[in-house]
Amino acid sequence: MSEVKFSEDHEWIVVDGDIGTVGITEFAQEQLGDVVFVEVPEEGKDLEQGDEAAVVESVKAASEVLAICDGEVIEGNEALVDEPSLVNSAPMGEGWFYKVKITDASQLEELMDEAGYKAFIAAQG
Amino acid sequence: MSEDLKKTPLYDLHVELGAKMVPFAGYSMPVQYPAGIMTEHKHTRASAAIFDVSHMGIVRLMGENAISALESLLPADLESLAENSIRYSFFTNDDGGILDDLMITKVPGGLSLVINAACKDADIAHIKSKIGDQVEVEVEYDNALIALQGPKSVDVLARFDARCADMKFMTFMTLEIDGVSCQVSRSGYTGEDGYEIAIPADKAATIVRRLLDEAEVEVAGLGARDSLRMEAGLCLYGNDIDTTTTPIEAGLLWAIQKRRRVEGGFPGDDIILKQIADGAPRRLVGILPEGRAPLRPGVEIANAEGEVVGKVTSGGFGPSVGGPIAIAYVASDYKAPDTALNALVRGKEMPCKVVKMPFEQKSYFRG
Repeated sequence: MSEVKFSEDHEWIVVDGDIGTVGITEFAQEQLGDVVFVEVPEEGKDLEQGDEAAVVESVKAASEVLAICDGEVIEGNEALVDEPSLVNSAPMGEGWFYKVKITDASQLEELMDEAGYKAFIAAQG
Repeated sequence: MSEDLKKTPLYDLHVELGAKMVPFAGYSMPVQYPAGIMTEHKHTRASAAIFDVSHMGIVRLMGENAISALESLLPADLESLAENSIRYSFFTNDDGGILDDLMITKVPGGLSLVINAACKDADIAHIKSKIGDQVEVEVEYDNALIALQGPKSVDVLARFDARCADMKFMTFMTLEIDGVSCQVSRSGYTGEDGYEIAIPADKAATIVRRLLDEAEVEVAGLGARDSLRMEAGLCLYGNDIDTTTTPIEAGLLWAIQKRRRVEGGFPGDDIILKQIADGAPRRLVGILPEGRAPLRPGVEIANAEGEVVGKVTSGGFGPSVGGPIAIAYVASDYKAPDTALNALVRGKEMPCKVVKMPFEQKSYFRG
């Protein structure tokens, strides 16, 4: 059973072995509003934690999705190119952004668990 | 949120309706409601929506010199403006730039102006310093201003005062809405038929609730207001026009009536009249990207050789168009519709082309 972890930038990662699936949270999609465009990273792209990994644009504004950890992208979610609204309707499911082969698992230890993330967004008020 | 933000008379209603409030021009304003920008936008095009625009300023210039005095600050022909008719114009500066754009209504005994929120204080200071000795300047503080926009607006408002159906586009009338005298213009900023309604502040929330009780009407926020006006190809002050852009560059020649083109007599007239005769070095055009990536303000536009020839001033997603749209200044050589260009987004060239505006056909009631 894999566990979901959260970053302070409102991203989530689900880890299965050394492969992580990354997306943005329910809170993040609510803040963005109607998503109209997503640019996901290409397969083979090397990411360093904090790099710009993807772009998500709502009607109103463009936002960057920062790499949640170091690793090599093994797949971008092409479904988002044709149907960006999946980010709104299923941010934790079909609206995932990319899968990454994790190279530094220790970075995941700094992330929050679900309870920690809930407290974090509650504090954002 | 900062405590010193001003609130409109409808603030409590916005909060009750679940609006996401954001700071805008010193006011706390609803950017969207729970339905979201996309839904609010499409509802406006299909039916009718209410926007709170109380942050905008209403100023009256009274006295027999009002017309000649105001004509010295802007290039509209106000002498030919009929009583209770409205004209769009803009204050110009000595460089031919635009200080603000505004709506002018000829009212008994003078003129009524609706000016942008962010420019309000500067406009009033400008008016007072330049023509304060020729007119009486009355600033309106105790009204709410709402826009009721969309093709069903007339049906809705006619249930309250049937006379609204006979109003022509860009005219003004005092109507009785729910027993309250309201100052109503048939005008708007969405590319749809509709009305802009000034309501006494203490009655505003009650009247807006009554209008919202009508089946056709929903609320819409500043987000939808922006996407609607972009699709309609209407300029936003601060984005598409400002002190560094001339009316000719912005494609606003239509708002400079014939007599003023001949006589001049407004700030920057030498530069503006020269551009009317010789053309402007750059022009505001519609840009339609081929892909799905929105082009945001500041994005550069390049020609086929990679040379930067323009810059986006408004851009985003057009919900009715169903894709990204943008408004940009381009060098005049590239202004023709169908000119192929590239937008430079995140280091990539995104193909796009120049298109005629509006992006979405207007359905103004011309009556």
